[in-house]
Amino acid sequence: MNCRSEVLEVSVEGRQIEEAMLAVLHTILLHRSTGKFHYKKEGTYSIGTVGTQDVDCDFIDFTYVRVSSEELDRALRKAVGEFKDALRNSGGDGMGQISLEFYQKKKSRWPFSDECIPWEVWTIRVNVVSLANEQERQICREKVGEKLCEKVINIVEVMNRHEYLPKMPTQSEVDNVFDTGLKDVQPYLYKISYQITDSLGTSVTTTMRRLIKDTLAL
Amino acid sequence: MDTDLSSQDRKDLDKFIKFFALKTVQVIVQARLGEKICTRSSSSPTGSDWFNLAIKDIPEVTHEAKKALAGQLPAVGRSMCVEISLKTSEGDSMELEIWCLEMNEKCDKEIKVSYTVYNRLSLLLKSLLAITRVTPAYRLSRKQGHEYVILYRIYFGEVQLSGLGEGFQTVRVGTVGTPVGTITLSCAYRINLAFMSTRTTAEDNAAVYPSVEDSQEVCTTSFSTSPPSQLSSSRLSYQPAALGVGSADMGYPVVFAGGLNAAHPHQLIVPGKEGGVPLVPSQSPHATQADQERMAMCTPLDGAHYSAATPSSSEDTETVSNSSEAKSGSPHDILETIFVRKVGAFVNKPINQVTMANLDIPFAMFAPKNIELEDNDPMVNPPDSPETESPLLGSLHSEGSSGNSTGNTHDDFVMVDFKPAFSKDDILPMDLGTFYREFQNPPQLSSLSIDIGAQSMAEDLDSLPEKLAVHEKNVKEFDAFVETLQ
Repeated sequence: MNCRSEVLEVSVEGRQIEEAMLAVLHTILLHRSTGKFHYKKEGTYSIGTVGTQDVDCDFIDFTYVRVSSEELDRALRKAVGEFKDALRNSGGDGMGQISLEFYQKKKSRWPFSDECIPWEVWTIRVNVVSLANEQERQICREKVGEKLCEKVINIVEVMNRHEYLPKMPTQSEVDNVFDTGLKDVQPYLYKISYQITDSLGTSVTTTMRRLIKDTLAL
Repeated sequence: MDTDLSSQDRKDLDKFIKFFALKTVQVIVQARLGEKICTRSSSSPTGSDWFNLAIKDIPEVTHEAKKALAGQLPAVGRSMCVEISLKTSEGDSMELEIWCLEMNEKCDKEIKVSYTVYNRLSLLLKSLLAITRVTPAYRLSRKQGHEYVILYRIYFGEVQLSGLGEGFQTVRVGTVGTPVGTITLSCAYRINLAFMSTRTTAEDNAAVYPSVEDSQEVCTTSFSTSPPSQLSSSRLSYQPAALGVGSADMGYPVVFAGGLNAAHPHQLIVPGKEGGVPLVPSQSPHATQADQERMAMCTPLDGAHYSAATPSSSEDTETVSNSSEAKSGSPHDILETIFVRKVGAFVNKPINQVTMANLDIPFAMFAPKNIELEDNDPMVNPPDSPETESPLLGSLHSEGSSGNSTGNTHDDFVMVDFKPAFSKDDILPMDLGTFYREFQNPPQLSSLSIDIGAQSMAEDLDSLPEKLAVHEKNVKEFDAFVETLQ
């Protein structure tokens, strides 16, 4: 099975980084989250309900829809915040990329650890621009808003190709496919990582573990 | 052929498609309400949330969607369409988007109905949620208010894209293959938002939708999507839609307190009339009749006295129709709201044509107190003394000094002796106020005096025939000049 890979590129101003990343990541996760599974006897299960809410961006003329889950929102905000800080502190050209990877766990026999097999990776390449005056910022608000509209249409197009999705798991396997740690929704297992390109053109890789798991482990 | 499909699967599939269509309409309309939407996730399945998504059902919208479908399902050649349009407070309207739920013949026999199709429909609804926020109409709908409203219209049948203007763009939300065909959800949206006046008469409007009128299948309804709070300022809120033969019963609950279910613009339909035949258009030739019909309905209920609207006050009638709102429920409720209207400033209308209660007249101090006495209307004939128009001056009070009647010959105004700000009586022999009063009515300039004006006019009139003769001789030159311009 090949891992599906999609790349999106955006150019944003410094203060737009967080909102632009959240908009894209939430749009993807909206499509890759289901309600909580409740397994019954005989292998059947029922699915909870996913709520949605509109989020207006403050620095971009754009509104996106996200899943109504504060835990998920916090996790994404934490990841995006770290990416933004790394980008700003890198002192480079202001280029970097953040990746959202959906994976399945494959149990291995002891002493080998579980394998993580990605089945879909979304990479968002970010180019941070500096703007000189308020007029340029206003134009940037609108332009980035339009760009994000295009990105949402691209994401929706990919989602509706109905390409590979992991099979619905049995109760014992559900943690290999879904992140069951959230209390109100159930996204596919995912991890977020980012890379910053410094001024020399080499990449400094920072990989973060799946944030929910880390938070729970603490 | 769907002989391979079990009857249970077929039933399930039909149910899924039906509820998918209803939820699609809800998502689209709610996205154009102008407000942010928020629903809660629930880990415990309630069993009532179709496609595992928390999408509220606005009853009127569901009702209208069901009426449009009339028991049918989207099929090949029969699409369910939701038209989103914009209408300004002046009556101009423009179609913004058409959302189409279509079915084509491409079947996927292998697909599992109860599982795969259902989940893919759920995914498609999520995509619809995302896409409804990125088309240009979304930002317009978030800013709707006093200047314009966003309306929707549901129809079933052939897709009509002609109202979107040239160069409209299409975005595909997604497709789901089923054993009976492939469901496609897409949106065609206008990109040329330059406004052209599309005010139409009832006759013109009938011509805009010829196919809709002819089609028995089509049931058209129109509602405003503005929330009730926005419509309380009595803004036009209905949208032209041709009368379909199937569209009986116009008198049903209307969405968002603003949805006059009008078949044609400028028509007033009083709910409660079975069969839904609209009243006569309230254009000026029929103003009297429309008003009289309205009055006939409301006099017994609220006892207000209304005089007949004259054709000359047709603009007022239009104001009424533009600002009327019809609600569901009893005719009494409806008529109460019809007459909750604002009288525009500068409207010269006898006061007894509006209800006394709930009236909020701007510039109340300028409201005419006498019937049809234009001369006394300060906004028609401003008084000679300009300072009396200023509310600031009206608030300055007198200390009883005399000499306050020069210059003010209008009984409507109470003359107060005013003390101009920053002036003191004892510094100058003549204070600012006195100076102002003395010189507030300077004599007219001689060049503007009537005698001289009359003289020159008489001279002009005398010389007119000669001038005409000269021009007639030079007709050919003029024509040649015009030719060069073309």
